[in-house]
Amino acid sequence: MNSLWAIASLVIKELYRRKDFYVLFILTVLITGLFGSISIFNDERIVRYLKAICLLLIWMAALVIAIVTTARQIPAEREQRTIFPLLAKPVTRAHVVGGKFLGCWLAAGIALVVFYVFFALLSGTREHTWPIANYAQALWLHWLMLAMVIALTLAGSVLFTAPSSNATICFIVTVGILLVGRHLNTVTLQLREPASSLVSVVYYLIPHLEFFDVRDLVIHDWPPIPWSACALATLYALAYTACFLLAAWWRFRRQPLN
Amino acid sequence: MPSPPWLLSLLLVICFTLALRLQSWYAAWPGNTAASADLLTVALGDSRQLFANYFFAEADAYFHSGYYPSIFDQPQSPGRPHVAETTDGESTADEEREADFLGKPRDWIERFGRNFFPTAHTHLKPADTGEILPWLELSADLDPHRVETYTVAAYWLRTRLGRVNEAEQFLRQGLRANPDSCEILFELGRVYAENRHDPDHARNLWELALRRWDAQSAEGRKPDRIVFGAIVSHLADLEAHTGRYAQAIQCLERLKTVSPAPAAIQKQIDDLKQRLAAGVH
Repeated sequence: MNSLWAIASLVIKELYRRKDFYVLFILTVLITGLFGSISIFNDERIVRYLKAICLLLIWMAALVIAIVTTARQIPAEREQRTIFPLLAKPVTRAHVVGGKFLGCWLAAGIALVVFYVFFALLSGTREHTWPIANYAQALWLHWLMLAMVIALTLAGSVLFTAPSSNATICFIVTVGILLVGRHLNTVTLQLREPASSLVSVVYYLIPHLEFFDVRDLVIHDWPPIPWSACALATLYALAYTACFLLAAWWRFRRQPLN
Repeated sequence: MPSPPWLLSLLLVICFTLALRLQSWYAAWPGNTAASADLLTVALGDSRQLFANYFFAEADAYFHSGYYPSIFDQPQSPGRPHVAETTDGESTADEEREADFLGKPRDWIERFGRNFFPTAHTHLKPADTGEILPWLELSADLDPHRVETYTVAAYWLRTRLGRVNEAEQFLRQGLRANPDSCEILFELGRVYAENRHDPDHARNLWELALRRWDAQSAEGRKPDRIVFGAIVSHLADLEAHTGRYAQAIQCLERLKTVSPAPAAIQKQIDDLKQRLAAGVH
């Protein structure tokens, strides 16, 4: 556990040493502020469009931070040859995969907390309501979604040679699932065999990241999601995360390092 | 081989001649981005109309608090956006049936997934209807010739939010972009009739709207008959209320030609004729 934590803490330190997070956070604040300064028919109560824009920026920034940070972890260790002294210590390859995942996930979590605090302050000062339960659920589900994405990217980083190609593929897969994942079963109805069966298999196989996107509920002030559904979503995310991490470790343990 | 200064001079003359020729052509070219001061026009070109339609639909999605069909659900839910219909906050049974685009879940993923997005058909409360306005304003910015955007925004502004000045300002902005629009003139007339209680101004606007409609009809542009019905019926009401029965009868005669209930209109005409004969005001 100590070695896991030691590797993870290095990744977290990397996050606040690098400028990615600061740049993305400042951009989010600036763009949201710019849209917030627009007067819509002199009505100060209009806020949902601002919440939508802010949440969209948070989602984009979080995906960039999670994927870009994760994609370069193992390739950078190999390129700089720091993987050899790391594995010379009482650290197994499973520890490396686990530690890198934990570090990236915690780093993404820290960034998410900062983003969501900004979002809560923004909507609270405009709406004068503080639906903390909704925000907590949105933050938790968002973080769980990032766990799956980080694990997927980590698996990709031991599969693909270049971090850039891995990051690009992970972006496309993640955004693709978020946009059409929910509708694949509708698409199958309009397809012929064997395409229909193939899309059905994909539909049941992919991690449904869209479960964790509750922006519409937050933007339009819907009541909180049932906690039982949140708990099931947590198990679902943990199961997929474990699958991806297992695949990453399985591939990494058989891989030559040089 | 000519000397370099001669070659350079020749090239400069060719450049100058081409510049003169191209400058006049570019100034007259419809795709000339320098002619437009609007950044959106320069950046998006004709695709603005596509985005304008998207943002109009986004306003409808906000009117339903996020419960809105995606492109995958669209074929099951055709029809006019509810935001463009003058309904109250409560949805009708027909709307409920039409709006049940989700149907029953087909598998456990879909059933479970419905916990995480809006799945109930609701309309915004009157006090919250302002939430649709940013998207309508953006839609109007992107496509100033989309008349429905102005009329819908003005309707919600003046009826639910009590912002009559803003409604009139937005309609006038629409009128500047669409000077022939009888829909905008009609809606502007409603602002004067229903909110400013200025029947003379409203009458002028509706008469102008009717003239525009007639002109478009004469040109064979097939203007909207529902708009025609709305103009003449409102004008007839206004004339009747202000005691100008002869003009009201004229309007009702025209309304009868498009009304699905001509007998009821005829009854109103007969009633007004009696009043006219009796000299009642």
